[in-house]
Amino acid sequence: MRTLEAQRNRAIQAWNELQNNARPLIYIGAASCGLAAGAAEVIDAIRRYLAERRKEADILKVGCIGPCYLEPLVDIQMPGNPRVSYSNITPDLVKQLFNSFFENGEVFKPHLVGHFGLNGFADAPKFFEHPMLARQVRIVLRNCGIIDPEKIDHYLARDGYKALEKCLSMPWSDVLEMVKASGIRGRGGAGFPTWRKWLVCRETASDMRYLICNADEGDPGAFMNRSLIEGDPHSVLEGMLIAGYTIGACKGIIYIRAEYPLAIERLKSAISQMRELGLLGRQILGSDFDFDIHIKEGAGAFVCGEETALIASIEGRRGMPRTRPPFPAVSGLAGKPTIINNVETLGTLPNIIRNGADWYSSYGTETSKGTKTFSLVGKVRRTGLIEVPLGTTLRNVIDDVGGGSAKGFKAVQTGGPSGGCLGEEFLDSPIDYESLAAAGSIMGSGGLIVLDKNTCIVDTAKYFLNFTQAESCGKCVPCRVGTRHLVDILEKISHGHGEISDIAKLERLAVTIKGGALCGLGQTAPNPVLTALKYFRGEFLAHIIDKRCPAAVCRDLVIYRIIKDKCTGCQRCVKVCPTGAITGPRSEAHNLDLSKCIKCRSCYEICRFDAIAGDAIVIESGV
Amino acid sequence: MTNQVFSDVVREFKGDPSELIPVLQRVQAADGYLSSDSLTRISRWLRISENEIYGVATFFAQFRFTQPGEHIIKVCLGTACHVKGGEQILEVLKRRLDVQPGRATADGKYQLERVACLGCCALAPVLSIDEKVYGETSVLRVHQMIEERENRENA
Ligand SMILES: Cc1cc2nc3c(=O)[nH]c(=O)nc-3n(C[C@H](O)[C@H](O)[C@H](O)COP(=O)(O)O)c2cc1C
Ligand code: FES
Repeated sequence: MRTLEAQRNRAIQAWNELQNNARPLIYIGAASCGLAAGAAEVIDAIRRYLAERRKEADILKVGCIGPCYLEPLVDIQMPGNPRVSYSNITPDLVKQLFNSFFENGEVFKPHLVGHFGLNGFADAPKFFEHPMLARQVRIVLRNCGIIDPEKIDHYLARDGYKALEKCLSMPWSDVLEMVKASGIRGRGGAGFPTWRKWLVCRETASDMRYLICNADEGDPGAFMNRSLIEGDPHSVLEGMLIAGYTIGACKGIIYIRAEYPLAIERLKSAISQMRELGLLGRQILGSDFDFDIHIKEGAGAFVCGEETALIASIEGRRGMPRTRPPFPAVSGLAGKPTIINNVETLGTLPNIIRNGADWYSSYGTETSKGTKTFSLVGKVRRTGLIEVPLGTTLRNVIDDVGGGSAKGFKAVQTGGPSGGCLGEEFLDSPIDYESLAAAGSIMGSGGLIVLDKNTCIVDTAKYFLNFTQAESCGKCVPCRVGTRHLVDILEKISHGHGEISDIAKLERLAVTIKGGALCGLGQTAPNPVLTALKYFRGEFLAHIIDKRCPAAVCRDLVIYRIIKDKCTGCQRCVKVCPTGAITGPRSEAHNLDLSKCIKCRSCYEICRFDAIAGDAIVIESGV
Repeated sequence: MTNQVFSDVVREFKGDPSELIPVLQRVQAADGYLSSDSLTRISRWLRISENEIYGVATFFAQFRFTQPGEHIIKVCLGTACHVKGGEQILEVLKRRLDVQPGRATADGKYQLERVACLGCCALAPVLSIDEKVYGETSVLRVHQMIEERENRENA
């Protein structure tokens, strides 16, 4: 068997040279989140700055390192110094930032986040001791934000494809043993032990087996898989080779949502680089393992994350699930044994193989081993992508990593449309498969959406049910009709027309749908309503009995009001009001005609951020 | 679909019925939508009835059957964006551009779409105009963005 030894040594040497270069090295987070925050404009501004001053520097576009709320992040490594990270850099700040090095030889204090050195540096804190990062254990994300994802050499220089080499020198059964001993469970939602379904697939006699990487990431509000693919595509691809080898598949398919164009681009370029090195195709690295990988773009259907629906859509049909068994591991794509694994499950495998099962299982709890990535978003101070050992408490994640909610924590939503809202009383529960299930939610794929006192629970439940209702494929009655009824009742309550009997109706309907639906979508769709009713019943009662939305969110139950004493008559709100509901001459308190007001929030925002008064317009609960 | 696009598609694919979805994606990428003429030609070529093709195409959110506006504005209504006010952004755009989601404006300049998640949830609320994604938007910024575009066009 061949190894990548020579190529890897060259890659390591090039990596070391890059790090110890006589030129400054600039790292820029250029994943989707960085770009959305304006990274491309910052890169242009840096290039212009360097050109104008005839300075030379290497610019490295890296993936997302996690604290998205600090994007655009620009890190600068001056020759002989460690890499230093700066947050929220706009094109206008580029000049100041770089002048501070080039002219004054100083770090740029105002936007300093931290340095990556092993020892102290210029009074700067360490990057990985930043409160958002201190608790994290980066295993699957170890390369994100560190390497250029478009260069296979960077991956190789950081032990890339070593795990594959190791696997190819072992019988498949030994690889399976390692995966079993590591205790890893599927990261796509259900948490099924990975080794168990692999074994079923391997033991099913067949001339052909398939491996599918599920990159559909359908949970709206979750982006862990996107970030991993954009930041370190080879880790997922290496994981696919390991899985393919173990289950005896020779064809791999990546099913990825079309809303992720950059991730698709990264995969395509990574796959072609693998081909050049003989990591795909026949007799990989001279072994007798043949494997190839193709990309299939999803066409926008949440239910296609479900295994049998996903297979139907790959086969060119409507993405409708079918009853199981037979499970795809026995009869899947084209009737052949098929394993479907989530992006993160696959991306973790090379780490387990390289460092050993015991190392991996030393993280986590008795039944939930290892680390898990989460997208920590919503009403929390520090938003972004994180990776923590399973068993970390929700409080540690929300308060320590996330910095808590500025306006008071109300609940955290886990598991997306299949999960639930957990309140204050769950903050000390560990995040593991069993604890979340016991609370009526699920781990899901890793969305953690924090809700604060200004988020309405009825509205949130209605939001999720609207989503699952729209995404229901329509095949089974409990899901198709049941979710529609749930939405109708929730609408009624949020409009202030709810009756007390609606609560029992919601609960009965929810239980019926859970028990009767054909696939995971319907079976879990009522979870957001059930948990909301269980833990936030008072808020439902306020809507039903008092016709009041305590969070001042449900449109029919709130009013907008101009506080006359505060209004300076600056007319900003008059300009943005789309219906002409606000009138008044300059410099006099304005008038709001409630009959014309559509509660679009334009005036509220302009008053807060742009007007002279600042807070003269309020949204209040009550009609 | 022009003859050129059709012959490209025929060249790029094997013509197997299981390729229906990638073929539809390819045609939509070229034309911006799936015209009834395109569907007829695809039906004959792949030997799948038009009925079945409509069945598949209407199942998936990605496919359109009318000519979209010149610039596509997608407002994210994923969970993170919802709790941070995505609905209000959609509401303002609907009023300001006088168009319903899924439709093009009367002058054909904009297409307004709602999407489930653009994957930049940490920067919610998020919207995209054509390929470019904008994070941390607000009702206010949306007003400004449209104004800036209008000013640029009138200049
Ligand atoms: C409605 C529905 C949507 C799902 N969406 C996803 C998804 O977007 N990504 C994913 O990996 N798994 C999703 N799953 C779970 C998958 O069906 C499957 O269990 C998983 O991909 C298996 O991989 P794992 O064992 O590595 O977790 C979904 C399940 C259901 C029922
Ligand atoms: S929820 Fe809007 S980008 Fe994910």
